[in-house]
Amino acid sequence: MRVPGCSDVSGIVCGVRIGVVQFPGSCDERDAVYALEVCGAEPVTLWHGAADLDGVEAVVVPGGFSFGDYLRCGAIARFSPVMGAVAAFAEAGGAVLGICNGFQVLCEAGLLPGALTRNANLRFVHRAQHVRVERRSAWTRAVAPGTVLALPIKHGEGRYVHDDVAALAAAGQVLLRYCHADGTVDHAANPNGSLAEVAGVTNAAGNVAGLMPHPEHAVDRLLGSTDGRALLGSVP
Amino acid sequence: MSDGAATVTVRIDVMLKDEILDPQGQAVERALPQLGFEGVERVRVGKHIELRVAGGDDLAARVESMAAKLLANPVIETFVWTVERTVEPEGA
Repeated sequence: MRVPGCSDVSGIVCGVRIGVVQFPGSCDERDAVYALEVCGAEPVTLWHGAADLDGVEAVVVPGGFSFGDYLRCGAIARFSPVMGAVAAFAEAGGAVLGICNGFQVLCEAGLLPGALTRNANLRFVHRAQHVRVERRSAWTRAVAPGTVLALPIKHGEGRYVHDDVAALAAAGQVLLRYCHADGTVDHAANPNGSLAEVAGVTNAAGNVAGLMPHPEHAVDRLLGSTDGRALLGSVP
Repeated sequence: MSDGAATVTVRIDVMLKDEILDPQGQAVERALPQLGFEGVERVRVGKHIELRVAGGDDLAARVESMAAKLLANPVIETFVWTVERTVEPEGA
């Protein structure tokens, strides 16, 4: 579904209908809608009680505090009716991106490996953060591995854990790592104590991705970085 | 209750697995010596959940299932539970 005259420049998605899930307590869904519009997509908000995805071609599960983050972040949201549809869509190979709380929801739902736990320093971190793209996926198609992106982070529970993170990396499922501006990945660049500096992962097939940084807050020069376009504009 | 089983109180404790870093536990552990409590180690902070539910032969299966599906995340947490029989006021 291409818009006539829409450029094919990387980072421009040209009229693709992308669903943005909205839970009670979501707070980044409007920025996600705005960012997808900036990237040329046709975003559609999907209410958590919806049983189907309204024919969208990709799904973004945005950040926020779904269901108040009660019990565990994402634990209750994952049982929303819409998540059944998202799971079926993901199993059929559809592109799904979870951002921050959305990442937590996808982990809780078992659509992504591992879990996100309380930051090692117990602080809510909010800052600009460099991350290095580790692999191509549905959401990093327009970005070469090794590219360093500047994206905002803002989370209290972003420490990624997995029982065998080396195996996860060997399987090519690490999507982003926290790094310095020059792309060096080390613990000093890690804002939350995530294992192996992991900032984002994919499922085995690569169509489902989750990341703690917020590309939807980084699409407008007025607000600093526009590096978020490289991710949100990747879906063909 | 439909099957006549008495309502029971179930207490569920959810803890992070030993191998998962528990920064809350560490913070508490660092605070205790400041209050004069020396020699405290391996502090872990978890969750305690109580609920009332119909008893019956399948109680264990139901509690295990609700804990595995929602109350705990098996990727990072373990749980144990105990049951306390209570008298149902409108009992059969």
